[in-house]
Amino acid sequence: MSTSTPTRTPSPAPTTARPAPSELQSIWLVAEREIGSKLRSKAFVISTAILVLAALASVVWGGFAANNASDSGTPVAVTSQTESAVSGLEGLDVTVADSDDAARALVEDGTVDAALVSGSSDAAFDYTVVVKDSVPSTLLQKLSETPPVDMIDPGAGAADALRYLIALGFGLVFLIAASTFGGTIAQSVVEEKQTRVVEILISAIPVRVLLAGKVLGNTILAMAQIVLLAAVAVVGLAVTGQAGVLDTLGAPIAWFAIFFLFGFVLLASLFAAAAAMVSRQEDIGATTTPITMLIMAPYFLVIFFNDNPVVLTIMSYVPFSAPVGMPLRMYLGDAQWWEPVLSLIVLLVSCVLAIGVASRIYRNSLLRMGARVKLVEALKG
Amino acid sequence: MLQLDGITKSYGGRRVLDEVGFTVAPGRLTGFVGGNGAGKTTTMRIALGVLGKDAGSVELNGSPVTTADRRRFGYMPEERGLYPKMKVAEHIAYLARLHGFGKAEANQKATALLERLGLGERLGDLVETLSLGNQQRAQIAASLVHEPDVLILDEPFSGLDPLAVDVVAGVLQEKAAAGAAVLFSSHQLDVVERLCDDLVIIAGGTIRAAGTRDDLRAQHATHRYELVSRADAGWLREEPGVTVLDFDGGYALFDAADDTIAQRVLRGAVERGDVASFSPQRPTLAEIFKEVIQ
Repeated sequence: MSTSTPTRTPSPAPTTARPAPSELQSIWLVAEREIGSKLRSKAFVISTAILVLAALASVVWGGFAANNASDSGTPVAVTSQTESAVSGLEGLDVTVADSDDAARALVEDGTVDAALVSGSSDAAFDYTVVVKDSVPSTLLQKLSETPPVDMIDPGAGAADALRYLIALGFGLVFLIAASTFGGTIAQSVVEEKQTRVVEILISAIPVRVLLAGKVLGNTILAMAQIVLLAAVAVVGLAVTGQAGVLDTLGAPIAWFAIFFLFGFVLLASLFAAAAAMVSRQEDIGATTTPITMLIMAPYFLVIFFNDNPVVLTIMSYVPFSAPVGMPLRMYLGDAQWWEPVLSLIVLLVSCVLAIGVASRIYRNSLLRMGARVKLVEALKG
Repeated sequence: MLQLDGITKSYGGRRVLDEVGFTVAPGRLTGFVGGNGAGKTTTMRIALGVLGKDAGSVELNGSPVTTADRRRFGYMPEERGLYPKMKVAEHIAYLARLHGFGKAEANQKATALLERLGLGERLGDLVETLSLGNQQRAQIAASLVHEPDVLILDEPFSGLDPLAVDVVAGVLQEKAAAGAAVLFSSHQLDVVERLCDDLVIIAGGTIRAAGTRDDLRAQHATHRYELVSRADAGWLREEPGVTVLDFDGGYALFDAADDTIAQRVLRGAVERGDVASFSPQRPTLAEIFKEVIQ
C-alpha cells in the first residue's frame, strides 16, 4: 500500500534525488543475492549434504573401529599355566579354561579363535598356540616380543596412516571447497557478462562494489561449508568418545579455517578477475585453468610429500598451499608457535596484493564483450 | 536534457561513429533509427557510459555525466539479459534495491510495474521460464523500476506482439509525460512514427537527420496531393504546374509545383464534381529514412 511508504513521495518529478545506498549496503545486497541463488540450487544443497554425511560417516566409522578394538578382541582360551603370556595384552578376549584339553575343546567348538596350551617344541616358548583352521595374525603379533620404546615427541611420530588420512582430509576439503566456490564465482561473473546484466548493475553500483559483494557472498558460503564440516567432525568425535583425537586435531582445524578464510578471498578475487576476461561460459576454462592448478597443487603435494618436512615447510608459507600445509605441520608437531602467525601475515599481504590486481583486471575487462581480453590489456586498462 | 556532442569511436582503425551529436529532451520521446550496423547500439552504450569514446562529450543538463548521474539512467541493453535463475519480481526488486529503495518499497514497485506490463501472473516464475516476449517485458521493467530521469532503450519493441507494443508504448509515454528524457532505438519505423516526438536518423556512423518529427516531415514534405472526386480526373494532366503520378477514374495522385497551384486544382475539382477527399501526402518516416540515408 502506498500509505506504508511515507518516507518517499510518489512524485514523478524528474529530479527526485534519492540517496544512493552506502557501499557497504550495496556490497551486502550483492552478497545476499549470491548466497540466495546458491542456496536455491539443488545441486549445491545436495552436494553439501553429501559432504556432511561423508564427514559424519568417517567420524562415526572411526569411532566404531576404535570401540571394536577395545571391547571385543580376539577370543583366546588360556589355562592357569599359560595365563601369564597374555597378561597385559590389549585386544584379546581371554577365557581361562580348567585344563589344556578343555582349552582345545573351546577351539574345536569355535568359542575361541585360539588356545594357549602348555608345552612347546621350541625352547624359546613355554606354550603352544592351538588353532582350528586359520592363524589369527593379530594374536601372534601381540604375543611377539617387542623391545620397550621411549617416545620423546609423541606428536611427531604420528602413525603414517593417520598422517596420510589427515593430510588427505585437509587437502581434499581445501580442494573441494575452493574449487566449488571459486568455480561458482567465476561462472557468476561470466553469467553477468554474457547476459549483459552487468551493464545494468554497474549503472547502479560501482564496479568495485560488485566485485566485493561477489567475493564476500561466496566467501561466506565457503566458510559456512567449512565450519559446518568442522562442527560435524568435532561433535562427531566428541559423541563417539574420540576426545583424544580432538585434543591433537582441534587447533589444526581451527587454523585451517582461519587460513582458508583468507586463502579463499585471495582465490575468489583471482577467479573473478580471470572470469571477467571472457564473455562466454565456454571460454571460462581458458583463463581460470591456471588458478585451478594453484588449488590442485596443495592437494597433490600433500598426498605425495606428507612425509617430507622440507616440502611441507615450503608449502606452509606459500599463500596458496598454506591453508593445507601449516595445519598439517601443526598436527605433526613440526611447527613452532610463531610459524602459523608468520605464514598468516604472508597470506594477508598476498591477499591484499591479489585483490588489488584482481580488481584492476576485473574493472578493465568487465565491459569488454566478445573476444578474450589479453592479460596485458586487462592490467593496463 | 541529455546532450551528445562530437562522439567519435573507432574499432581497430574502422570508424564506427563520426562526430555524432544530438539531444534528448526531457518530457519527450526520441526515436533513434538506423540500419543494421549504423552505430545505434554503440552510441547508446557510449551515452550510458558502458563503452568508452575516442572523442566527444556526453552531457546532462550542461555538465558532463557523472557516475552519480548515471544512477538516474535507466538502460535496456541490446542483448536481453537478466539473471536466468532469479524469480522475475525478486529480480526487479533487487535492481530497485541496488538503486537505494528499501526492501518493502522495492518489492511493491517491482510488483506494480510488472503488473502494469502484463506480467502479474508470472511474478514468482524464474526469468528463464518466460517466453522471449515476456522476458522483454521484464527487461523493460528492469530499466524503469528506479524511476530514472533518462531512459536509454535499445530496441524495446523487438519481439513484442502488437498488444504488448501498445502496453510498452503506453508506459514509455507515461514516463515521458512525467518528465523523463526517453531515447529508444527501433527498426519498426511505424511504431517510431506513431510514438516519437523527436527523431534521430543515423547511417554509417553519422547523424543524417535530427529534430522534431513534424519538422522533419515538413523538411521532407513534397507538394504531393491525393484527390478523390466523382468526376473523371483526367483534366489534371493538362493543368500547368501539375505532375500526375497515378490516375484512375476519379482518383489522382499528383505533385503540385507549389501550394497555390494545389489550391487552384482543388477549386477546379470542386467545379467539375463532388470531391470526396483532397489531402496533402505527408512523407512517411520510412520514406524520409530512405531519403536521408542515401
